[in-house]
Amino acid sequence: MVAANSTQPLSITLRVWRQADARQPGKFVEYQARELSPDMSFLEMLDVVNDQLTVKGEDPIAFAHDCREGICGTCSCTINGKPHGPGRGVATCQIYMRTFRDGDVVTVEPFRAAAFPVVKDLVTDRSAFDKIQSAGGFITVRAGSAPEANGLPVPKPDADLAMDAATCIGCGACVAACKNASAMLFVAAKVSHLGLMPQGQAERDRRVLAMVGTMDELGFGNCTNYYECSAACPKLISHDFIARMNGDYLKASFRAALKPESAGASGGV
Amino acid sequence: MHFFGSLFRSSIGRKVLMAVTGLILIGFVIGHLVGNLQVFQHPDHLNGYAQFLQQLGPWLWVARGVLLVSVVIHVWAATVLTLENNRARGPEAYRIKHTIRATLASRTMRLTGYVVLAFVVYHLAHFTWGSVSRESFKDNLELYTMQSDYKFAGIPVVKAGAEVHDVHEMVVLGFSHPLVSLFYIVAVGLLSFHLLHGLDSMFQTLGLRSGRWSGALRTIAVVFCVTYFAGNLLIPGAVLAGNLRPHTAGPAFSSR
Repeated sequence: MVAANSTQPLSITLRVWRQADARQPGKFVEYQARELSPDMSFLEMLDVVNDQLTVKGEDPIAFAHDCREGICGTCSCTINGKPHGPGRGVATCQIYMRTFRDGDVVTVEPFRAAAFPVVKDLVTDRSAFDKIQSAGGFITVRAGSAPEANGLPVPKPDADLAMDAATCIGCGACVAACKNASAMLFVAAKVSHLGLMPQGQAERDRRVLAMVGTMDELGFGNCTNYYECSAACPKLISHDFIARMNGDYLKASFRAALKPESAGASGGV
Repeated sequence: MHFFGSLFRSSIGRKVLMAVTGLILIGFVIGHLVGNLQVFQHPDHLNGYAQFLQQLGPWLWVARGVLLVSVVIHVWAATVLTLENNRARGPEAYRIKHTIRATLASRTMRLTGYVVLAFVVYHLAHFTWGSVSRESFKDNLELYTMQSDYKFAGIPVVKAGAEVHDVHEMVVLGFSHPLVSLFYIVAVGLLSFHLLHGLDSMFQTLGLRSGRWSGALRTIAVVFCVTYFAGNLLIPGAVLAGNLRPHTAGPAFSSR
């Protein structure tokens, strides 16, 4: 993807979605970004454009960003139709201008999903993910000091697999990339990373039922196994976790129907 | 009740319904094809087989009931899920529509599904109800006299000398219209394409697919779909090519 003139400064035309707030209609506005260093990150390029807009007295382009090193999941942006832009396994902040060619027209849109309403320009409200997390993406145990690391042995393959799922930074690219705006990869990653660990077993059934139930209520779409999500994921989390969650959900639903309940738990009737 | 409730209400539950009904229907189309390939044998085989199915009486209706319910649930789940998916994108679509790796088969499931549904209705009208191509429908053909016993699983189920519907003749006459045959070939081709994504998806939805064997599963799906299509192509293909002829007008099929 590196252009031939990767050491030369380049100029591009930006076609950016501008929307004042959630209630007003948005539209695409074109900006010229000239004499850019190829070593600039995509977000640095937006900073430069915003500086120029500010000098001219115009409203700068609002975009979400924080760590700028691909670990926080704050930056979003759909660049030329692909969430997080043209790279593979990287977030928007890890896209460099050398990826583009001089004279390119680059279209920048917010992540599009009914569950992620636009706050302003390229910034979307992704708190739907927080709601899914608070429905069951945790382990209900005393949160004191860190326990002795070898106190609870975990087989290495399980730990590795759980870590693959745990790399999810909750950016929402899976939803943005899915043609159905489904949150299955995010929920699958969160369900699996705890479900694979011994600490997560006690609440495994309750967790998957609650998180999938909340996901459904929030208006995300349904999985049709396009596997666009895992291809767009900046952490390349596998859609195998979706299969795992499907199996978990099915077993949990079945067990929930048969599980005996303590008389005390239901009020001692 | 909670279990069945969540099957019909939750996103994953509805997909499980898609997968399970899809599996039932795949089972049916395999059996249907294998049964119909008997057309390449002596007319006793297909005619005896058809008579045997008719003799099942109430069991035939149980099987038809299961298939009908499967089709209804499959189409219902697809419709409900698709309507939700259309809403989930939100008020604005992307200006740049970009596909990273979703296969053509996966992106055309709805379209191929519509064609297959229309084809199923036509196919029933053609060979079951006799509302199209009436002149070659089994009710309007001379009865066929079985020349030997028809055995199913080694048990003689239709005796020699029995007067049965001439299904063999109906099939051959039915496929001798090139346009009808062409429609069958196209529709079954699209059904095979539908199954390519469907078979793969079924394992994913039931939680039985993983990276370990996803490559093998894909190969199995491709081999299955190609074989299924080839098997289906054989019958109208042989009629059009003149290898399969009406048995009343000479030998059942030429040996050239």
